[in-house]
Parts: sequence; structure tokens; C-alpha cells
Amino acid sequence: MKKLVLFIPLIIVMGMGAFLYKGLFLNPQQLDSALEGKPIPAFQLERLEDSSETITNETLKGQVALLNVWATWCPSCKYEHPYLMRFARQNILPIYGINYRDDRALAIRELNRQGDPYIKNIFDHDGRLGLDLGVYGAPESFLVDHNGIIRFRYAGPIDQRVWNETLLPMIKELQAVAKQEGAS
Amino acid sequence: MMKSVFKLMGAILLSLTVMSVYATPVDTYEFKSAENQKRALELAHSLRCPQCQNQNLIDSNSPVAQDLRLEVYQMVDAGKDYDEVIEFMTSRYGDFVLYKPRMEPKTYILWLGPFGLLIVGFLIGFYFVRKQRISQVDDQEISAEEQKELDRLLNRDDQ
Repeated sequence: MKKLVLFIPLIIVMGMGAFLYKGLFLNPQQLDSALEGKPIPAFQLERLEDSSETITNETLKGQVALLNVWATWCPSCKYEHPYLMRFARQNILPIYGINYRDDRALAIRELNRQGDPYIKNIFDHDGRLGLDLGVYGAPESFLVDHNGIIRFRYAGPIDQRVWNETLLPMIKELQAVAKQEGAS
Repeated sequence: MMKSVFKLMGAILLSLTVMSVYATPVDTYEFKSAENQKRALELAHSLRCPQCQNQNLIDSNSPVAQDLRLEVYQMVDAGKDYDEVIEFMTSRYGDFVLYKPRMEPKTYILWLGPFGLLIVGFLIGFYFVRKQRISQVDDQEISAEEQKELDRLLNRDDQ
């Protein structure tokens, strides 16, 4: 019994060690979104490609969609872009762009040059929608279900690995739920 | 000579500290009252920039921090109270933006853990002190043989 007591500090230290060791591999830049489980904030913004068309939060309802916050000044968005093009071609779900704090002409030129993976682009010039979404740096992507509820936020560029391991399983799941609710 | 060098160094150091005070991003926001300004600045100081994670909203120069700072200023100027501003921030950026975590079930271990550890420390200390006292009461006598050995050792020291 007495010997056992002597081991208690060792056990505590080992426990703490395991805890802290795990902490080494957490990414402090990857924050949980406060908006997961909440509806898309209400907004009413111009479409990037056509200023006469307005897009609102209602536009995005009805199907599982990916909202991708991007800008021409954002280097990681350029890294992400070819992947988005690939996912758009696979036609799994609509990808909406949120053009965040950007110049309209530059953004349109960029899409014309590099290709446009987006169904529509929301022109968030002064970053108000970004602020309401809790965006702290582009690129960020939001997975939205058919009821317009934000289900997942991914901060950082999406590549094939993130898509395969994280996003695609969630999309499949959400689409299955959407189908079920739509059918009944 | 030496004295003047020190004086010069002192002056340089002083000017550096004074400059660094004004090196924070300059905002041209005009508050309705000095009291609002004080409250807004205090609030912005207590909120963390989500992008430059080790800076508060005042220190950080990132676009997000600028937006949020302006938002805080406007909300305070519009008469919003502390809780409303905090709610606005945490509903968008999560509890992460608070430098001082809230007291809630999730953070009990954070707030109460140190006191718990202190109590455990006291208990352990109490246990050992008591054990030592008990052991001091025992073992008072030594056998004749041990006494002889002790005498021998003590005498050897004298020689």
C-alpha cells in the first residue's frame, strides 16, 4: 500500500505528459467555429459577376452547399483553387464563393483567367458577411445543410486530403439526411 | 564623461518607450464622449484578435482586428453595454476571443483546478507532517550495543 502511494506522483506526471504531448499536435490556428449548428447569418449582397443581382441567405437554402471565402489577395486561396476546380467538376455539391474584402474587377479577372469553380459569387466588399460568419482569414469554407444551417467550418486551404478525409464524408451524410427529409 | 554617456542612454531608452506607446495602430475614430472612449478601449484591450492570436484588438494591425475594433467602438458609442459587445464577439468568434474565460461548467477545471491542487497539497503536507510527528515519538531508545557504537564513533572524532 505504502509503495503504491509512492507511485502516485509518477502516475500524475505521466498523465500530464500524455495530455501535453497530445497538445503538441493541436493546431492553435484551427479554431472551432462558434457558428456550427446555427443558421447562416442574414445578409443581402450583390452578386460578384452581376451587381444587379442580389443574393441573400435564403438563396443558399434547399440543398447542401459549400461556402468558400476567398480573395485575390490571399495566396492560400490560389493554392486551394485547382482543388476547388476539381471538386466543382465532380459536381458533388454547389460551391458558392464569398469574395471577401476584394476588388470586383480584379476578382472577376482572376476567375476568368484561372477558371471559376463557383455557382455564384457573393460580393462581400466590406467584409460584413465575413464578420458575421466569424471569418478570421481567407480561405475558409463552410458546409451548409439544406435548411441553411452551418454544419462545419474549415479554416485554411482545402486540398485533396482534407476533402477526402473530412469534407466528403460529412457532405455524403448531410446529403443523405437532406434526401430523407425531402422524400418524406 | 561616463555620466553623460549614461544620461544619453537614459534619454534614448526613455524616448524609445514613449515612442512604443504611440506605435499602436492609430485610429481616427471619434467617440461621442471621453467616457465612451475609455470604455471602448478597455473592451478592445480585453478581446483577443482571432488572427494574430497573441495580440489584443488594439495591438493587432490585421484587417480582422481593425474591423472588430471599429465594431466595438461603434457598439459602445451606440450605448451597448459590456455584455452585449461580448455576446456579439463570442457568437461570431467563440470564447476564444476572451482573454478571461467565463465561469461555466466547461471552464470549472480551469478556474477551480488550482484551488483543488492547493487543497490536495495541504492534505499531503498534513499527512506527512503528522506521520513524522508520530515517528518522532517512537524510536527514542537505542540498545546498549548501539550506544557503544555511537560512543566509539564520537570518540574517534575527538582523537
